[in-house]
Amino acid sequence: MTRTDNGFSATRRLILQGAGAVALVGLGNLPFAPAFAAANDKYPEEAFKQKTEADAIKSLYGKTAEASDKVKMDAPEIAENGAVVPVSVSTTLADVTSISFLVAENPVALVASYKIPAGTMPNVANRIKMAKTSNVIVVVEAGGKLYSATKEVKVTVGGCGG
Amino acid sequence: MTIRRREFLTLAGGAALTGSLPRLARSADSVYDLERFGNARILHITDTHAQLKPVFFREPSVNLGVGSMQGNPPHLVGKAFLDRFGIRPDSADAYAFTCIEFEKGAQRFGKLGGFAHLKTLVDRLRSDVGAGRSLLLDGGDLWQGTGLANVMKGADMVDASNLLGIDAMTGHWEFTYGEKALRSNLERFKGEFLAQNVFLTEEAAFNDAKAFDPASGRVFKPFTIKEIGGRRVAVIGQAFPYVPIAHPKRFTPDWKFGIRDEELQKLVDGLRNNDKVDAVVLLSHNGMDVDLKLASRVTGIDVILGGHTHDAVPQPIAVSNPGGVTLVTNAGSNGKFLAVLDLDIGKGKVANVRYRLLPVFSELLKPDPAMQGLIDKTRAPHAGDWVDKIASADRLLYRRGNFSGSMDQLICDALRSELDTEIALSPGFRWGTTALAGQPLTMEDVLAQTAVTYPETYVATMTGTQIKDVLEDVCDNLFNTDPYYQQGGDMVRLGGLSYACTPAESVGKRISELTLDNGSPLQAAKTYKVAGWASVNEQTGAPVWDVVTKHLKSGKPPNRSAPGVTLKGVEGNPGISKHV
Repeated sequence: MTRTDNGFSATRRLILQGAGAVALVGLGNLPFAPAFAAANDKYPEEAFKQKTEADAIKSLYGKTAEASDKVKMDAPEIAENGAVVPVSVSTTLADVTSISFLVAENPVALVASYKIPAGTMPNVANRIKMAKTSNVIVVVEAGGKLYSATKEVKVTVGGCGG
Repeated sequence: MTIRRREFLTLAGGAALTGSLPRLARSADSVYDLERFGNARILHITDTHAQLKPVFFREPSVNLGVGSMQGNPPHLVGKAFLDRFGIRPDSADAYAFTCIEFEKGAQRFGKLGGFAHLKTLVDRLRSDVGAGRSLLLDGGDLWQGTGLANVMKGADMVDASNLLGIDAMTGHWEFTYGEKALRSNLERFKGEFLAQNVFLTEEAAFNDAKAFDPASGRVFKPFTIKEIGGRRVAVIGQAFPYVPIAHPKRFTPDWKFGIRDEELQKLVDGLRNNDKVDAVVLLSHNGMDVDLKLASRVTGIDVILGGHTHDAVPQPIAVSNPGGVTLVTNAGSNGKFLAVLDLDIGKGKVANVRYRLLPVFSELLKPDPAMQGLIDKTRAPHAGDWVDKIASADRLLYRRGNFSGSMDQLICDALRSELDTEIALSPGFRWGTTALAGQPLTMEDVLAQTAVTYPETYVATMTGTQIKDVLEDVCDNLFNTDPYYQQGGDMVRLGGLSYACTPAESVGKRISELTLDNGSPLQAAKTYKVAGWASVNEQTGAPVWDVVTKHLKSGKPPNRSAPGVTLKGVEGNPGISKHV
């Protein structure tokens, strides 16, 4: 397990950050590239204002993502509770530097963006709030390129059992 | 009753006398004497909904399939169903499997099911193959559906299950009694309760809630391996994937569900590669469309024994997947059918199968005395209150159908009239027995339509937009072209409001022409008083069975107006029948 200098494992700290504050700040030991929010250690304020997932990805990364079966998303087909939908992602891609979660139909598309320090297992689980039935998109930045996976998650008022 | 029974015996014994209706002599031996096949027999019942006694149950005249499901089993009704499965019109099987001339068939062939009759048939089919060569599996919805099961929280059905000899089961409505009652029942159940797709929530796991396997968080045992006919057969349980969505979450706060086909694949792979089983069976409560999709994605399952959607499908559907072929079945509901899967199992491989879905014709089967005694004893303390006649059925009262049924029209009438609302909503449950015209209705009959653990009625104020959104939402649970987004169940029933539905459309565009009984269109921004029951949110109104009983006792004239659903774009769809 990779450990940061404060003694917490990096993945643990990432999960805690994600759960507590959703937005992401860098861990301080990443190469500094000022061009776009995801590579910056500042809060990506503009990205969190975008209405559509395409605009949010563009604001965050400055490029577009291609769908990849190497990005494995685990999300329910039908949410048990739209307020806390468990979505997790893992990937076999190498050199992962960030993982972001977006909900296309939410008022603001970007839900969370996590930075993945070198040597960390690229595996993030979080719960997201969904306003209604929507595509959920996860974007993995690896080797400077963006890869994505998409799944529709239904938020329902409830059906009737057979 | 006596007259009908005599008529039946006459018909059965002296077929030639009927002239225009030539029929073979019918007896238990002619119907249930099966040719021996293979080395292992699995018997499967599902969705009996606690119907300990024989019942009438009319199969649907509307069971539409959309997208790739259109025109394929189980979305065939009436004549299209008979043609597809080669069932002779006017036969006992036509009566059991379809809605065609239901009332006529009911007179000729009588009730189906009943656990004492089922016990006789199960014992016969197990003894036919000899000891150690058979299993009896139940696909869930065994503990709910009657007043007796509701008041006893399913405990009555545990006793009946033990006597029937159920080896393993999975669940759906079983969960609506809550964890405490479920666990207390399972302690007494002599078989195994299997569910690969029920896990502790993170909070429950953190608090060390009880689990079969704390490492994975699996609440129940996922599979069992049984040796039958000298071969090792794995049975995996698949509970209903949407329990906390289709029912109040408060019954299962610590558990999460889902289809979880990736976890299932891992289990199957482990059973094949490590446990070296010879056959893998999935005992599923997914619903047939979900099972058909799952069979195309998960490899290594020989047969999916399915339930939930109450589809009585006489033959398995073969589904190809990258690992080979998986057979998918669905075994009907309310105790009407017993499925017989005969397997010829070789080393590590099922060589061949033979499948039959046998209607349980109560009048052909002598009730098992021990089971009959148990049923009578269990009913005795409760049934006395429920057997008095409240009213008579003014017409054939049935529930099953995608959009409406006369039984739910009656319930909607009761809600509107007793709770004084313009509109009533009633859930599209698929259980609930059928009453023949003129038949006395008792509290027990009312409970057979309403016995749930959340029966409270409510009156709510809803805008036209909210009402339409609810209808769209439920309709998508039924007609989403991707079965993984369906939940089973039928369309919510409406009183006081008619509409048009285009099932092949997408969500938000299926429902149109919403019109109140007085002919005025439902207005988006206007508010309406709506009555309902079985809400997933906690309610405090009188139980719906009391509301319905009060309405029946009031003697108000029955509302015979048409259910008021106009279907669009269903021309040529064999999931709708003119035989109603």
